[in-house]
Amino acid sequence: MSTTTTPTSAGGTSLVTLGKRWDVIVERYNSQPTIIKALGLAAALVFVYALPLIRPPFFTTDQIDFGGVMFSVAAFALVAVGLNVVIGYAGLLDLGYVGFYCVGAYTTGVLTSYHWSWPFFLALPVAIAVTMVTGVLLGAPTLRVRGDYLAIVTLGFGEIIRICVKNIEWLGASAGIKDIAHPNTIGAAPQPPFDKGGLFEVPRLEWDGLIPSLDTQHKTAVLAFGAADAIPYYWLILTALILVLIGDRLVKASRVGRAWEATREDEDAAELMGVPTFKYKLMAFALGAAIGGLSGSFYASGQSGYISPDSFPLLLSMLFVAAVIVGGSGNRWGAIAGGALVAYLPERFRDFADYRLLIFGLALTVLAVWRPEGLLPPRRTRRAKAAEAEIDALEEGELEGGLA
Amino acid sequence: MTGPKALLEVDNVTIRFGGLTALDSVTFDIREGEILGLIGPNGAGKTTCFNVMTGVYQATSGQVRFDGKVLTRLKRHKITKLGIARTFQNIRLFKSMTVLENVMVGADAHSKVGFFDALFRLPRHRRTEAASTARAKEILEIVGIRARHDELASNLSYGDQRRLEIARAMATGPKLLCLDEPAAGFNPAEKLRLMELIRRVRDEGYTVLLIEHDMRLVMGVTDRIVVLEFGRKIAEGVPSEIRDNPAVIAAYLGVDEEDAS
Ligand SMILES: Nc1ncnc2c1ncn2[C@@H]1O[C@H](COP(=O)(O)OP(=O)(O)OP(=O)(O)O)[C@@H](O)[C@H]1O
Ligand SMILES: [Mg+2]
Repeated sequence: MSTTTTPTSAGGTSLVTLGKRWDVIVERYNSQPTIIKALGLAAALVFVYALPLIRPPFFTTDQIDFGGVMFSVAAFALVAVGLNVVIGYAGLLDLGYVGFYCVGAYTTGVLTSYHWSWPFFLALPVAIAVTMVTGVLLGAPTLRVRGDYLAIVTLGFGEIIRICVKNIEWLGASAGIKDIAHPNTIGAAPQPPFDKGGLFEVPRLEWDGLIPSLDTQHKTAVLAFGAADAIPYYWLILTALILVLIGDRLVKASRVGRAWEATREDEDAAELMGVPTFKYKLMAFALGAAIGGLSGSFYASGQSGYISPDSFPLLLSMLFVAAVIVGGSGNRWGAIAGGALVAYLPERFRDFADYRLLIFGLALTVLAVWRPEGLLPPRRTRRAKAAEAEIDALEEGELEGGLA
Repeated sequence: MTGPKALLEVDNVTIRFGGLTALDSVTFDIREGEILGLIGPNGAGKTTCFNVMTGVYQATSGQVRFDGKVLTRLKRHKITKLGIARTFQNIRLFKSMTVLENVMVGADAHSKVGFFDALFRLPRHRRTEAASTARAKEILEIVGIRARHDELASNLSYGDQRRLEIARAMATGPKLLCLDEPAAGFNPAEKLRLMELIRRVRDEGYTVLLIEHDMRLVMGVTDRIVVLEFGRKIAEGVPSEIRDNPAVIAAYLGVDEEDAS
């Protein structure tokens, strides 16, 4: 920490408080007997899945379909979790993540609509694989070089991909691709206009102030993927997010996660301790790409089933990076929070939509000054911060003990 | 050559940085099971020597052989896997990781666990993880910081950070352990304890290469000593020979006069 200025340490304190609160929740959860833990987890899962049906007051967006908002919240969270592997774990600044998102989306579009008509669930793994290969091809030459080079190359990559799809007829050029296959409906096929198909239908809640009532007018057909209702798509991408999270956790808490962290901390030292740093950087990069491709594929086959080059502006890359940084680079829950916020806030406050970038920029600046580690940084960052604050308090203005 | 066989041979190594010759035709070897001291005034080229041995720098000419294998152009992590481990003169721990994790990174050097082993928690992951954890704790016990294994590395005291550096290097399972001024910044009592530790490490079966400024200490703990000055080897021999070597005394004159005499 070379710049320990007043705002940082002040922000550090509140950061520690927020972190502590989170830790207390986690610890309290962990100290419960297994059965309680399982029940708690199940309840949380049910709640998260049911969120677009519950439509909590204040939280629900009035001006725009809440199910659709929740879909993009989950999609952003998934993207942020993927990018967190690259930025947060391996310390590689990838500024062109939208490129992978785009590759995943276009692979799905081409396979299920534009040139072939594969079912979605067949196209999905191919989209992931193609994106992963793209990641390896981009990473292999660039990850050998240290420093800012990667940021510049990935930045260019994100833009090149967009320009390519815009100009290649085979990929639909600027008109984009429409009628991308939705995931296959499970259960009865929908019979428009009235029968939505699916397995069964669930009603949602309507709130009059704080009093809920069942709204039987707007039912959601479970596992029916049509154009009318975004909620099944939300369930699908949420499931993907949960699976990715489980994988993320297992891999992070292993030799692979340690190798990433050591490489991020001190690449030379890691290499000299036997870590093949290039291999692990490439692995993180390819994994991140694959998760980006996964979310891109879900995006393409979403409710509208339409993508165009304009769906993948470079700005989206910046939002993705912002999501990871805002959330607290290196912490998967932070990434989810960051992704969710970045997707949710502009939709919730549509009235200010014209100013959303301005407000967003201001918020980022404030955060950078007050909480450079993000809202919810990894626990160890908070621990180190706490210890640092303690030492600072002890030293009271004395020279900071900078170890060579 | 008589006695135990040479584990590492530095053969006529020269390295230049622009106009500066940091090592000038340096030749020496390290024998299995010994503690070799590498000494010399500031800027003599000791750390550079470590860097050439561990693949950080490529020698301008000459070569380094380890166990008969030429190390030139070998990747650094491969050299580590062959069995050379080192510590850093400027402590370079993975600060955001815990003490145990730091050592585990070293222990992972020989692990065959891959991405899928970890993702699916295959038996290989479980087995390796358990074994490495046990081994890491054992090593922490040896260097004397086992009780602090759950601390963040950055929260350790300076001395414990130096101990952790040694532990992390030991965990890579090296044949040769290179310590770059491990006692820098220690008080005399701490230094003594460290030298005891180094002897214990040797007795565990490691060969040790030790850079240390404090002549008295080096004399006490090493089996043989190589002396560098301005990138050249000016002397080599057992401590008593080095102590009486006029070139060495001259090199250290005004630096550590009483220690040298
Ligand atoms: N990467 C480099 N580029 C240029 N010069 C270098 C480089 N590395 C080392 N040197 C020079 O090589 C010489 C030997 O340095 P080295 O660090 O090996 O000395 P040392 O014996 O370890 O000294 P000390 O006791 O101070 O640690 C010094 O003059 C140093 O400035
Ligand atoms: Mg040195």
